[in-house]
Amino acid sequence: MPKRFVASMVAVAVVLIFSACTYAQEQEVARQPGAVYDFDKKGEKPGPAPKRDLSGVWEPAAGPGAGIHATGAGEMPSDGKAEHELPYTDEGRKTFMAHKPTFGITQVPSALTNDPMPGCDPQGFPRILLHNFRTSRIIQTPQNVVILYEFNKKWRTIWTDGRQLPKDPESPTWGAPDAPEARWWGYSVGKWTDDYTFVVDSNGFDDRTWLDNAGRPLSDRLHVTEVYHRVDDVHLDMTVTIDDPTMYTKPWVALKLRLRLQKPGLDIREMECAPSETQEYNKEFANPAAGIDGK
Amino acid sequence: MKYLIGLTMALGLFAGSAPLFAHHGSAAFDTGKQVVMKGTVTKWFWANPHCFLSFDAQDENGNVAHWVVETSNPPDMINRGWTKQSFKPGDQVTATVEPVKNGQPVGRLLQVVLPDGKTLYASKGGNPGPGN
Repeated sequence: MPKRFVASMVAVAVVLIFSACTYAQEQEVARQPGAVYDFDKKGEKPGPAPKRDLSGVWEPAAGPGAGIHATGAGEMPSDGKAEHELPYTDEGRKTFMAHKPTFGITQVPSALTNDPMPGCDPQGFPRILLHNFRTSRIIQTPQNVVILYEFNKKWRTIWTDGRQLPKDPESPTWGAPDAPEARWWGYSVGKWTDDYTFVVDSNGFDDRTWLDNAGRPLSDRLHVTEVYHRVDDVHLDMTVTIDDPTMYTKPWVALKLRLRLQKPGLDIREMECAPSETQEYNKEFANPAAGIDGK
Repeated sequence: MKYLIGLTMALGLFAGSAPLFAHHGSAAFDTGKQVVMKGTVTKWFWANPHCFLSFDAQDENGNVAHWVVETSNPPDMINRGWTKQSFKPGDQVTATVEPVKNGQPVGRLLQVVLPDGKTLYASKGGNPGPGN
């Protein structure tokens, strides 16, 4: 074969390969500056699940909106349907009706809400899971699992060193020298029940928080169980169960969400609750929308 | 480019699977009503809990009303191709708005045509819908 022809073909191949790489790279950068999400694709075949590994950056597999449940817990939204009626105790129903959320069947205009969160009070746990579950990073250490949450830049620690949850829900503490205190984010311990299933138990909550965005109540007797099941190399299934004998007559499943592993270099966007920005929003928009003259 | 547009729409579809006005619901809005207005931008507020666009629009009688219309928060709007630099004071835009019930010049921004003719959609798949 003539050398000139071979050289030409090599040159064409080099150009084609370079163009493909450049195109892919350009598409990668142009797709979403700073945050290139991976979502589930048809026909893909994930690899096997790693053992005892939750670490990484996780995003709802169906897309960023799949973890946002504005009308209340994903499995039981506040939509008036009979199958979504929660098993309230009398206290639970009374407390729910006293809440004025901006979503759900008891919603009010935003300027009239008594939701503690819009004013930048902590949404706490488990509301971070049940309301605005967004991109999250899970870090495993020998002593604990730490989860960093995008929404309002929060984090929590799940202890895996064998410690027990606080025994007294009204005066929760890890023990001396820590004084008892209820926490916005509660106390959490976790353990592997098999090589692919991590179970977390939490209690000791500050009852100023709401359970979800629709104003469902919680009390200091709340116990939350999360089950994280590593399905394969890119999927993690999360299930959240609520057990609060003060507010509900029986436990109920609040959320089932499949998460997908993202590239380690994914930049989790900043979402902060800044009181000054909230005030400006209320002054310019929320108050006029509700007919309140705050100017 | 086609890939970017397709992905933007796909993300919009995914992101619209649940209401993204996640802090503030529909109680104040005249759900389903849409008003289209030409106006001059005075402010673009890019922050939590919601971004909002302020603009002056003239009605058929020549009276100027100062409108304030909200979108979702910055991370959600980035998914739809909006940025902190999408607007500047003085921009001439055409806004489609779902107004509030009480008659105030306040509403939810559904879509907006920029000075260069490009349209930005605040909700899923390019289809403006209340609460999405």
